[in-house]
Amino acid sequence: MEMLKYVLRFEDCDLTMVNRVGGKCASLGELLKADIPVPPGFAITTDAYKLFLAENGLTDKVLNRLKGLDEAMVDDINRASEEIRAWIEAGTISERLEDYVAERYRLLSRIARTPALPVAVRSSATAEDLPDASFAGQQETYLWVRGVDDLLDRIRKCWSSLFTPRAISYRMRRKFDHSQVLISVGVQKMVKSFAAGVMFTLNPATGDRATIVIDSNWGYGESVVSGEVTPDQFHVNKITMEVTKKTVSDKTIYYTTDPETDQVMKLEVDPERRLSQSLLDREIVALAELGVKIEKHYGKPMDIEWATEKSLPYKGDLYIVQSRPETVWSSKKAKPVVAPKASALEYIVAGLVEGKKIR
Amino acid sequence: MADLKFPSPHKAETIPGTEGWERMYPYHYMFTTENPDRKKYEESMFWFYDGLHYPEPMYPFDIIWDEAWFLALSQYNSRIFIVPPALGIDHRIHNGYIYITPLPVANPEEIPKRVELFMKRAGYYYENWKDLEAKWEQKMRGIIKELADLQIPTLPDMEDESVVFDGVGVSTGYHLLNAYDKLIDLGILCWQYHFEFLNLGYAAYVFFVDFCSKAFPDIPVQKITQMVAGIDVIMYKPDEELKKLAKLAIDLGVDNVDWEGNPADLLKTMEGSANGKKWLEALNAARDPWFWVSTGTGWYHHDRSWNDDLGVPLSFVKIYVDKLKAGESIDRPTASVQAERDKLTAGYRSLLQTDEDRETFDKMLGSARTVFPYVENHLFYVEHWFHSIFWNKVRDVAKILVEYKFINDVEDIWYLKRSEIKDALWDLVTAWATGSNGRGPLVWPKEIEWRKSCMEKFRQWTPPDAMGAVPETISEPFTIVLWGVTSESMANWAKLREVTKGEVSKIVGFPGSPGTVEGKVRVCRTVGDIGQLQKGEVLVAPTTSPSWAPAFQKIAAAVTDVGGVMCHAAIVCREYGLPAVVGTGSATSRLKTGQLVRVNGASGEIDILG
Repeated sequence: MEMLKYVLRFEDCDLTMVNRVGGKCASLGELLKADIPVPPGFAITTDAYKLFLAENGLTDKVLNRLKGLDEAMVDDINRASEEIRAWIEAGTISERLEDYVAERYRLLSRIARTPALPVAVRSSATAEDLPDASFAGQQETYLWVRGVDDLLDRIRKCWSSLFTPRAISYRMRRKFDHSQVLISVGVQKMVKSFAAGVMFTLNPATGDRATIVIDSNWGYGESVVSGEVTPDQFHVNKITMEVTKKTVSDKTIYYTTDPETDQVMKLEVDPERRLSQSLLDREIVALAELGVKIEKHYGKPMDIEWATEKSLPYKGDLYIVQSRPETVWSSKKAKPVVAPKASALEYIVAGLVEGKKIR
Repeated sequence: MADLKFPSPHKAETIPGTEGWERMYPYHYMFTTENPDRKKYEESMFWFYDGLHYPEPMYPFDIIWDEAWFLALSQYNSRIFIVPPALGIDHRIHNGYIYITPLPVANPEEIPKRVELFMKRAGYYYENWKDLEAKWEQKMRGIIKELADLQIPTLPDMEDESVVFDGVGVSTGYHLLNAYDKLIDLGILCWQYHFEFLNLGYAAYVFFVDFCSKAFPDIPVQKITQMVAGIDVIMYKPDEELKKLAKLAIDLGVDNVDWEGNPADLLKTMEGSANGKKWLEALNAARDPWFWVSTGTGWYHHDRSWNDDLGVPLSFVKIYVDKLKAGESIDRPTASVQAERDKLTAGYRSLLQTDEDRETFDKMLGSARTVFPYVENHLFYVEHWFHSIFWNKVRDVAKILVEYKFINDVEDIWYLKRSEIKDALWDLVTAWATGSNGRGPLVWPKEIEWRKSCMEKFRQWTPPDAMGAVPETISEPFTIVLWGVTSESMANWAKLREVTKGEVSKIVGFPGSPGTVEGKVRVCRTVGDIGQLQKGEVLVAPTTSPSWAPAFQKIAAAVTDVGGVMCHAAIVCREYGLPAVVGTGSATSRLKTGQLVRVNGASGEIDILG
């Protein structure tokens, strides 16, 4: 089916497709394959982007416009960026491409049982997950996009984000070929978070890999990620799945959506909810179990953004909205905790001689 | 560490009305300033209160076990195995409370030589652990038999003719002195054996703990203990015997008796039927040794055994009979305990980052598991079986002192030092031999009255957690594992002191077994009180021992004054999935029956809710 060349459900994406769907969508696909509930959605492939450029006669036009630019001439770059982005944003998405996207969007709305389902539209560049190469496009994200027209409009905006002045000069500085960097767009159901936050599959404070640490607040995860509130914190033993520590904090603000306008807004937490636990015990454990699954999937400690939704269960009411490798502890080279010795007796002797520091 | 200042041992207060208390205890246990060198030594050391063993002030007789381990533990470190950086543990007493301090090897240049010696000597024990342990068990059974067989003779008006016709050549007066010496000697010997393996056992365990805490900074010690602890250990035997007796009573159809009435009546009822007799046979088989289990730690003379009060175990049998009849299982969940242990071990092992660490983990875990059965089982042999019989033999001596009015009551003997008892016995036998009156009746009853009043004042006094100067490091394995002296625990001690100053709404102890519950407090000072326990209550006890096991069938959580992560309450609660906070120091005196509390077994905190 030709459609699959241009539009792919996340379920059908995997890591071999980074060139077609970008890192973000590929990893969402991988997560679904590992039975990790990410909000459902689909990817507009790089082929769709290429097709769009070709159909609008932009393929060479864009490259030519970039030719001869000097990295130092900021004004020139700004002007080129402005022109190219205007061309892309004014381009026409052909009927068949539009049909494919609309059909996928309709199916997604149906799964979620919400007409004109609010979605997040994000750029998913083909090279952005390479270390030190988040150059490809600005990390464009449009939230609460509703309806096909709006969606198509945002897709064009994501595409054009490949040509922000910053992205252009970054590629020039790094000597990346503009023609080799492509962009895919992810379209994903918005999660109306009841509570949300981050989860580390190790204790970021101590590096203990047997501890899962969950930070949580009401509403969207933004308040936690940005550090605007002191979130609730839960520790879970990864092996026994016991909740070993619960710190319920005074949560002053949270983010939610205005039901009328779908606009995200920051609110003060009602007094009676400020000091209540934002995740139920069983949710803490379920989330930690997901954390273990994700860590197993990637084979390394992970830093995960999650959300709970209480309105429309798709796969349960827990969603993983983002996961990336933990970097602080994991980047340390693994070396033995104690110097290897020939026998238990030698360990004991070494331990005795070392003693215990007590102050 | 912030401000870790503890008072000077020489400035510790004397309680008015107890002046002269020092004569109740060995003279070398006193902090003194008379000699500048000794004064300086005492000031430079870190003396911490051994609340783990002694939640209440020392009785002049009961200090025997403190002296016994003072000698035994220290000699194994310093003179027998040559623990490289550690000498023995020094002891002092103040206002009846024992303070101890580990001595490091002063000259670091000696350590390499000591390492060599230790490797050879301790290495021999680690290598031959199982054989030596089997030999140890034989030695222990031997001295327990000697103790049980030891007769404390009463003094006759006239010696039997056989003394003459067999040419015996000695009198009962001599035998009494001799039997008393033998009794004390067996006690000291028993404690020599007690430490034969314990230092090395704790060392193997503590450095496995150390490794795990380095690899997993958040790991609770209770999880490490769970990986190491045995499933089939002696500690569970007494309770298992009760369960067997309950099943047998039902099988034989003799379960419809008054289990909670007078034990003598119950025994008589059982005698009345063939099946009852069969049950009695099983009971008698179980009594020796399993009913010698102490209802306390065994460290105090008032920790009586089941054999001393059959009513206790018999009323426990009823708990099991009732459960069985209600169709409930009374078996230990050993399969799930084993599964949990395997899961923990495999889980933590798999999270290690390098092959080297996995190898270290395997070696250390292997040696910890080798030594742990001893660490767990020796308690039954020494503190329970031996001690329970020992206290009764001392009571036999006391009966003679009562007969000659040297003391008013058998239970007064504990207010005498063992050397004073020996003196009194000399007084007594010479008077007996002479036909005169001993001086004892003029001296001891008065002295004992005064000592009782001192002890009462000691009890009202709160001993400081520590005195003297805080060292940089501690290498002595017991100090670390048993008393948990670490920077955290010292900070905790400081925190506790803060807490006790204000209104008490929180009590802190060691996290013994994870989980959080709310429940009503039931303070049970002795095992006899556990009959009052209602289902779902929080048991608050000075300590628990295997003889308390049936209580755990009813409770929602356990809190103890005394004990660390390896104490009975912690181990049993982990097995039954109940929260436990142990080693609180003072929960039995600060919590009241009926109070609502929240017990957090993961953090070691108890919140008083109302």
